Amino acid sequence: MVERRTLFGRLLPHLVLLAGVAVVAFPVYLAVVGSTHESAVIANGQMPLYPGAQAADTYYRTLFIGPGRTTREPVSGMLLNSFLMAMIIAVGKIAISILSAYAVVYFRFPLRMAAFWMIFVTLMLPVEVRIYPTYKVVADLGMLDSMAGLTLPLIASATATLLFRQFFMTVPDELVEASKIDGAGPFRFFKDTLLPLSRTNMAALFVILFIYGWNQYLWPLLITTRDDMQTIVIGIKKMIVTSDALTEWQIVMATAVLAMLPPVLVVVLMQKLFVRGLVETEK
Amino acid sequence: MASVTLTDVRKVYHGGVEAVRGVSFDVADGSFCVLVGPSGCGKSTLLRMVAGLETISGGTVRIGDRVVNDIEPSERDIAMVFQNYALYPHMSVYDNMAYGLRNRGTPKAEIDQRVREAARILDVEPYLDRRPKALSGGQRQRVAMGRAIVRKPQVFLFDEPLSNLDAKLRVQMRVEIKRLQRALGVTSLYVTHDQVEAMTLSDLLVVMNGGRVEQIGTPTELYRRPATRFVAGFIGSPAMNFLAGRIENEGTVTIDGHRIALGTPARGMLPGAAVEVGLRPEDLQLANGGGAQLSMEVEFVEELGATRLLHGRSAGGAITVQVPAAETRSSGTLGLAIDPALVHLFDPADGRRAGMAG
Repeated sequence: MVERRTLFGRLLPHLVLLAGVAVVAFPVYLAVVGSTHESAVIANGQMPLYPGAQAADTYYRTLFIGPGRTTREPVSGMLLNSFLMAMIIAVGKIAISILSAYAVVYFRFPLRMAAFWMIFVTLMLPVEVRIYPTYKVVADLGMLDSMAGLTLPLIASATATLLFRQFFMTVPDELVEASKIDGAGPFRFFKDTLLPLSRTNMAALFVILFIYGWNQYLWPLLITTRDDMQTIVIGIKKMIVTSDALTEWQIVMATAVLAMLPPVLVVVLMQKLFVRGLVETEK
Repeated sequence: MASVTLTDVRKVYHGGVEAVRGVSFDVADGSFCVLVGPSGCGKSTLLRMVAGLETISGGTVRIGDRVVNDIEPSERDIAMVFQNYALYPHMSVYDNMAYGLRNRGTPKAEIDQRVREAARILDVEPYLDRRPKALSGGQRQRVAMGRAIVRKPQVFLFDEPLSNLDAKLRVQMRVEIKRLQRALGVTSLYVTHDQVEAMTLSDLLVVMNGGRVEQIGTPTELYRRPATRFVAGFIGSPAMNFLAGRIENEGTVTIDGHRIALGTPARGMLPGAAVEVGLRPEDLQLANGGGAQLSMEVEFVEELGATRLLHGRSAGGAITVQVPAAETRSSGTLGLAIDPALVHLFDPADGRRAGMAG
């Protein structure tokens, strides 16, 4: 592209990138450091930029005992809730949308396109827009404060359906026909050919959807009231007290760090599949 | 093994488009039938109806003595080779071949024996564990054939199986397909738009045009006695020349005043009637001395190595003549000698072979 760059010309991109990394990484660093000091050190307004010595104690308390003053729940329970919610949402969304995409692409039935467009239109109605009717329905079904109420309304997904539909349309018709001649019915074709071919797409979607589920804030805030149903994102919010009580910042920081870990792990572990699913067109 | 019989088969799509307009023919047990025609002529649709991938709008398709109109593709006892191979990309070569047999509940030991046998015949044994992605075009083609062979079907269906290969490989695979079909003796239907493939492979050649059969016969029959102008122009390479002429009497036509003798009398044609005179480039010869019945003005030459094509103009229209490489005359005005037995006449009104009886 650019030929014969000067020393400055070669350094500049690195400087820009380093600045970018610093902007993104510094708050994370601050959270990690904050979680290793005593609350008094943070509370006096001059938190040092080097790690303190309280890490083990803080993380033990955060995970298994709880801050005590504000919520009695230890963060390990919240982590489990969040993890279950994100898993159910991600797996549920993938299962529902791959099946509906399969129906829309491979079967001819009355109102097929009407069904497709109805799914498509729901893209314009995210949870926030339909939150009152959704809350009403979930409440009437007696699903408040339950994992079902937390996850079901978030599972129906137009985005994932569209993505699978687009992928299925690139699968050559001859594969369907070869399967027919090989004696594979609709279910066998789905299980033996379509699912294995969608593997990387599913992985990519799983990463995106897991993080989507993990980061849910508004819906869990509305639907859960019991402490033992709290997700970690809500938990952090509840730890920050605005009244005269002292916020235990080291525990808030530790919780924030813990809340970051599972999504990071998912991305790191599935990165290879994730990238392939987004760029590769296998056949 | 079984014969394939089509009786008045029709295909009408939603919206009334007629892709196949009443096709009947009979493929004898063990013979190789090629359907050939320009794109959109309905040949692929016809093949897919035999396969069961398209519904049949009218008429019947029989495999052996069984009417298969309403039978699932997997129950028709056929195997199909697709143009883009349609191998399952996520399965190994072995699994690709074994898949159909597993679905039918064939015992494991028998599957293994059949797959290895097919791999041996097709020379793909070293690749059994590979994915199709790791194979060359020719190897994929073999695997696709292997998938057809292991099923031991009554009928092989080929849908332009060689069009994705390069020219050299295409010729090589063409020979292999023919050899394999001879060895296995399985009735085969083969669709192509390539007339060389059609001529070389077929026992029975079906030329289609606009959803109808133009002519059915052996390749030699179609080459020697094309029933219509379409078949005449389609079969044979380079294509036949057509010159506008008139009947003079039963034994002679004239092209712009040049008189050309006919080997077979043009019966039932009125003197003065317009005809199209078909002359194959390879049947024309440069006249020596005074034997010229027609002359041509050479415009350009195509060198083919063993032969040479002279393109130019003559009375009645454009003309191409094939001459041996040893021929030195290749420019200017040349006289042409015409063998009366090799003159074809077509009625310009309906394109049918005209006049000559039999």
